[in-house]
Amino acid sequence: MLYQAVALLVIGLAVWLLVHNTHENLRGRGIQSGFDFLGAAAGFDIGETPIPFSPADSYARAIWIGVLNTLRVALIGILLTTVVGVLIGIGRFSRNALVRALCSSYVEVFRNVPLLLQLLMWYLLFVEVLPPPQAAWQVAGLIYLSKGGLAFPVPVWGAAHLWGLAGVLTGLAAGWGWRRWAQRQFELTGEERDRVWVPVLAVLLCAAVGAWLGGAPGEWQVPEQLPFAVDGGASATPEFLALLLGLVLYTAAFVAEVVRGGIQSVGRGQVEAAGALGLSHRQQMRLVVLPQALRVIVPPLTNQYLNLTKNSSLAVAIGYPDVVSIANTTLNQSGRAVECIAIIMVVYLTTSLTTSAFMNVYNRRVAIKER
Amino acid sequence: MKRILQRASIGVCVAAGLLASPSALAGKDLDAIRKRGELICGVSTGVAGFSAADSQGRWTGLDVDFCRAVAAAVLKDGTKVRFAPLTSQQRFTALQSGEVDLLSRNTTWTSTRDASLGLHFTSIVFYDGQGFLVPKSLNVKSAKALKGATVCVQSGTTTERNLSDFSRANNLNLKPVVFADFAATNAAYFGGRCQVYTTDASALASIRAKEAPKPDDHVILPELISKEPLAPAVRRGDDEFFAVVKWVAFALIEAEELGITQANVDQQQKESPNPAVARLLGSGTEDSGKPLGLDKEWAYRAIKTVGNYGEVYERNVGPKTPIGLPRGANDLWSNGGLMYAPPIR
Repeated sequence: MLYQAVALLVIGLAVWLLVHNTHENLRGRGIQSGFDFLGAAAGFDIGETPIPFSPADSYARAIWIGVLNTLRVALIGILLTTVVGVLIGIGRFSRNALVRALCSSYVEVFRNVPLLLQLLMWYLLFVEVLPPPQAAWQVAGLIYLSKGGLAFPVPVWGAAHLWGLAGVLTGLAAGWGWRRWAQRQFELTGEERDRVWVPVLAVLLCAAVGAWLGGAPGEWQVPEQLPFAVDGGASATPEFLALLLGLVLYTAAFVAEVVRGGIQSVGRGQVEAAGALGLSHRQQMRLVVLPQALRVIVPPLTNQYLNLTKNSSLAVAIGYPDVVSIANTTLNQSGRAVECIAIIMVVYLTTSLTTSAFMNVYNRRVAIKER
Repeated sequence: MKRILQRASIGVCVAAGLLASPSALAGKDLDAIRKRGELICGVSTGVAGFSAADSQGRWTGLDVDFCRAVAAAVLKDGTKVRFAPLTSQQRFTALQSGEVDLLSRNTTWTSTRDASLGLHFTSIVFYDGQGFLVPKSLNVKSAKALKGATVCVQSGTTTERNLSDFSRANNLNLKPVVFADFAATNAAYFGGRCQVYTTDASALASIRAKEAPKPDDHVILPELISKEPLAPAVRRGDDEFFAVVKWVAFALIEAEELGITQANVDQQQKESPNPAVARLLGSGTEDSGKPLGLDKEWAYRAIKTVGNYGEVYERNVGPKTPIGLPRGANDLWSNGGLMYAPPIR
């Protein structure tokens, strides 16, 4: 206990010394410091903003937009990476030799080329290959693809969506009920019933009925062609697309290896025993292999999620306004270097710790329950 | 204990980040430079005409020549300069932390930078303004016709703010795409991601000359939307060095006004009857170097090394170079420009 207290004291002292030293040095050189600049008007524009932003807004709001942009690419990236990574990982066990070869060469190629290079490659590819916004490729005047990005129509929020959402909730409840009923039937009679397609169908059907009741189809915000750009609707810029694509393909290669490792960690005897019990190939996977593999997969998967989030800071190289990019601009406008770097660190620390916390909860659910 | 360690490790991480900030330094910069026998000059990572390294690693440009002139005045040898290429984001930290002695890197003098970054801008060596580069094929004659256009910008400059001010004032709804360095910005603009490239007009001219696949396909629009006086900067805390850097620039301007060139400086030193020339070149009895803590021939060496301001300009960015910038505001005050040196006496 004494040693612990001493260690803590030493660390605390070191931190204090650093902060104090930095502060004194900055003051001694006439460099202004402090976080008061956050309230001042930013004065610069941001290319893509999930929430409204004008240059008259504060630095704090500008940085918040950066955080949202980082989270946007990280969240969508994590979802897509999981899907792609799991598919590739399972693909490496395919009975089809071509699929196996494709999957393993995918892993080797994307895992071994530096991410920054991949990002630049995708970005330059987008910028070089796509047509200029004046002559965007379009689908029925609804979807536009050009160097300006991908523009697509979005519905204007209205009653139909509220009803649609209610429909989705009803569908979810119905689907859940069906699954419980199917489970009980299985336990009582041993008769297998579909547990996937019925709930999915229920959700889709209820959503459609709900939206129709609410008066769909409602109003849509459709992009249109302007002299220099495509405007209106929702859009994804080439920066966002390149960053997302680069991050997903890169991280998916690692996730695929994690998944493969997890599945291989389940002993062969388990699969053979399941087969001997008369379980089908799918049932072996779902009931025997995956529950055991997940225990091995989840912790390293968390690492990959964290890597993806942190790697998104490479966005600055291809012009995507993530938190690092905006904090850099802020740093340059305000000159508060230490503060801005500290903000970046706190943002990544918070997102990483939150991701870990969620994954730890999930990990506890799939871990072996020892009672 | 685990919790405590976890917290402690967070603390250490944060502290490690703070360590990256400037550490304490003592003593005068001028003494340090003399002791080292070398001037460390912060320049750009490559803006042709201002500071760029050629294929043999030799630095050339207006900002580079200025560093050589300072080295010639202080160290009696214009070659004793080490150039440190800095991105626009690194530059102030590099100067603050003592990594470079002198920041001569096409840097705009603004009140915020001057007052809050712990540095002093010395004197303006180039009057610039922010402009727009567009492809000729757009057929645009004025920046005000760029409604809704996407604009490539390099981060870490005064540019983003000027752009946003201009966009708001003229209701143009310009969309910036911000990159970390010139290379990516150039690639995006010449690849066609943006219809417009904005930065200082001098840099646009340099980019058009060096980076464009076909320079003639691009045109710089007539509007300059800001004042960008480019000035070298020194760290605060050494007023003597601050004065020296300031007066080297003035000496080069004064030399042009007095008609002293790199070619005739020796002859002028020996023969000129003009007392102002004698004072500047240290040939008379008066010693203009002494109050600055330099020797008598400080300005002579600076001029001998790089020539007068006009020569530096013509050699690096003038109409006969690929950059091709007319003197304009950078001409001597007596020719209708803004270059005016206080008297050396």
